[in-house]
Amino acid sequence: MCGIAGIINLEASSPPSRDALEVMAGALEHRGPDEFGLYLDRRAGLAHARLSIIDLSTGQQPLSNEDGTLWISFNGEIFNYVELRAELEALGHHFKTKSDTEVIVHAWEAWGEAAFERMNGQWAVALWDSKTRTFVLCRDRVGVRPLFTLEHEGRLFFASEVKALFAGAPGFTRALDPVGLDETFTFWTVVPPQSVFVGVRELEPGHLAVWRDGAFVHDVAFWTPSYPVGDQRRFTGTLHEATEALTHALENATRLRMVRADVPVGSYLSGGLDSSLVAALASRAKPSGFRTFSLRFADAEYDETPYQRAMVERLGTQHAEVVVSRQDIADVFPQVIRHTERPVLRTAPAPLFLLSKLVRDAGIKVVLTGEGADEMLAGYDLFREARVRRFWARQPDSTWRHRLLERLYPYLTRSPVSQQALTRQFFGRGLERAKHPGFSHETRWNGTAALKRLFSPEVAAAVAGFDARAKLLASLPPEFASWQLLAQDQYLEVRTLLSGYLLSSQGDRMLMGNSVEGRFPFLDREVMALANSLPATYKLKVLDEKHVLKRVARGLVTDEILSRPKQPYRAPDALSFIGVARPGWVDELMSEAAVKASGVFAPGPVAALWKKCLTRASDDQFSNTDNMAVVGILSTQLVHQQQVREAPSTKRPTFKTVVVKA
Amino acid sequence: MSDIKEQVRKFIITNFYVADPAALKDDASLLDAGIVDSTGVLEVITFIESEFGVTVDDAEMLPENLDAVNHIAAFVQKKKSS
Repeated sequence: MCGIAGIINLEASSPPSRDALEVMAGALEHRGPDEFGLYLDRRAGLAHARLSIIDLSTGQQPLSNEDGTLWISFNGEIFNYVELRAELEALGHHFKTKSDTEVIVHAWEAWGEAAFERMNGQWAVALWDSKTRTFVLCRDRVGVRPLFTLEHEGRLFFASEVKALFAGAPGFTRALDPVGLDETFTFWTVVPPQSVFVGVRELEPGHLAVWRDGAFVHDVAFWTPSYPVGDQRRFTGTLHEATEALTHALENATRLRMVRADVPVGSYLSGGLDSSLVAALASRAKPSGFRTFSLRFADAEYDETPYQRAMVERLGTQHAEVVVSRQDIADVFPQVIRHTERPVLRTAPAPLFLLSKLVRDAGIKVVLTGEGADEMLAGYDLFREARVRRFWARQPDSTWRHRLLERLYPYLTRSPVSQQALTRQFFGRGLERAKHPGFSHETRWNGTAALKRLFSPEVAAAVAGFDARAKLLASLPPEFASWQLLAQDQYLEVRTLLSGYLLSSQGDRMLMGNSVEGRFPFLDREVMALANSLPATYKLKVLDEKHVLKRVARGLVTDEILSRPKQPYRAPDALSFIGVARPGWVDELMSEAAVKASGVFAPGPVAALWKKCLTRASDDQFSNTDNMAVVGILSTQLVHQQQVREAPSTKRPTFKTVVVKA
Repeated sequence: MSDIKEQVRKFIITNFYVADPAALKDDASLLDAGIVDSTGVLEVITFIESEFGVTVDDAEMLPENLDAVNHIAAFVQKKKSS
């Protein structure tokens, strides 16, 4: 697990600068503090910051093929590299290391662009073939590993994180992109290739892009999420058979993620179904001394300690915990946003940053988590909400159908919104579009997009003709409409929140911020293929979410975890920044001068919001909109300050591997 | 009536931080626009009760009473005169 960066000449003719490569790698030190390497020839430069996990002694990068013409810089893991290596050796390829990195090099030689669909793993890869002057970037199926590009002065810059692009091209004009902000304040994230910075692109998950002789060739998907159409690709077995198949696939996915590492692997344990199941499967693979890590909250409302401890007792793991308070969240938030490099509407990444620090301090470099289960097996309330709203849409005048929403959101029974007419106004909008793409997400997207009223006149004018939803819905695959409705909802969730937020702002960035690699059994190639092939009723049975997964987990997790209602992972949001002991930067960034300086939001409304929050500090209950607004404004202000206004990093590490071909 | 409406308008613009007051039409649905969310409804009710000294009954929690500047103003007017 590592950071990658590099520069490829497009129209430019002088060789890429070694200085630029060095500072790009320096900006990624947190991703790979163990050693640094670079390769440079007249047209291309690759850099690498390494976190050593596989083949500790000879896995240095950049690395090449036998004759030194094909070079790679790689971040990630190919979990089936042992099997692929055997295939490649049978084809006559010779290996000089034991690393998975070298397998990618030979796989490219053997299979070209078809190599990546053979890989089961999580990766961001850059390959440079100096003989054919071909440059390739590729990113894993769902975007576990990040990869960004930027063109400047006739050169293509690429890196794991945007801050490295800016470090390599300090002369590039850095600015927030109103379109990226519009998407963020609609979907909670940008949707790649869109980014929040003008001129910066994010390679889409499951894509590979190719340049040859300095010219762009293509950017194509080697994989997209795909679901049954009629009987095609449909799992035809019984629910019992599906349970067995999923158990087998998850056991294998977890085992692979345990054994394909030359350092110890631990696991997160949230107290929910997904990570508890992963920890249970992993601790069976390593019966003694298995390490688990939990996040606890000082606020009882968010805390899941009893469920965690019951699992620890059951598994007998060596356990560690970190307790997070509102103050902790406020204190660490600037550091968190330095890593996310994009605005967020929730503080939820912050506690995860503190959790990965706990892991790192315990001497562990790799953790398993339950990420992906809710997307692959339909765990979210959003899927249940869509089902209720569609059921209601069949009889829009029904006086009781909407009351099923109270089963999802118990707060409704205590709210004025439980009055039928108001419920209708909130959840019953657009019932006539029940079968249209995006219906499932309308409640969330509408509520979030309302925050755009805070935009400054300049940003509002810049996005006046732009419709983020229309853009997303126009990019759906042609067969989208022939999938079951639940599959359509899942696809949208994977395209938006999974890749852009959960795996990045809450995933890779929070883990790598403390030099820890996450591994996700639910995002294994075979697990995803199986989950996507299952009939909707196996995943969401009436309103029972992750139905088949609960059957898998029987006997592996505690009964309390099996029977508890789904608990969304949340942290204290706006309230983290309201208390009297809030750090000075909070008021500073909310000030009229700072809001004007970044130019994203209108100072008047920001002042009104902030005053409202401060006066109501003792309420302990802020509306969802106010919470998102406060966190969204503060994080946007931080991104502007840290990535746009501050000069990029000039840190220059010491390089262990240096290959320079003049 | 117009005083009440102005008070209501000012409350909505300030409490729900509307950047472009000109774009806020008096008859536009505040819920549809996402300006008022489910907790925001409580804030509107609290405002009506504390500012105008009237009580909002459960049965009165209806969009036609709460979902637009005009609706809120008319509702307050009716309550005050009853």
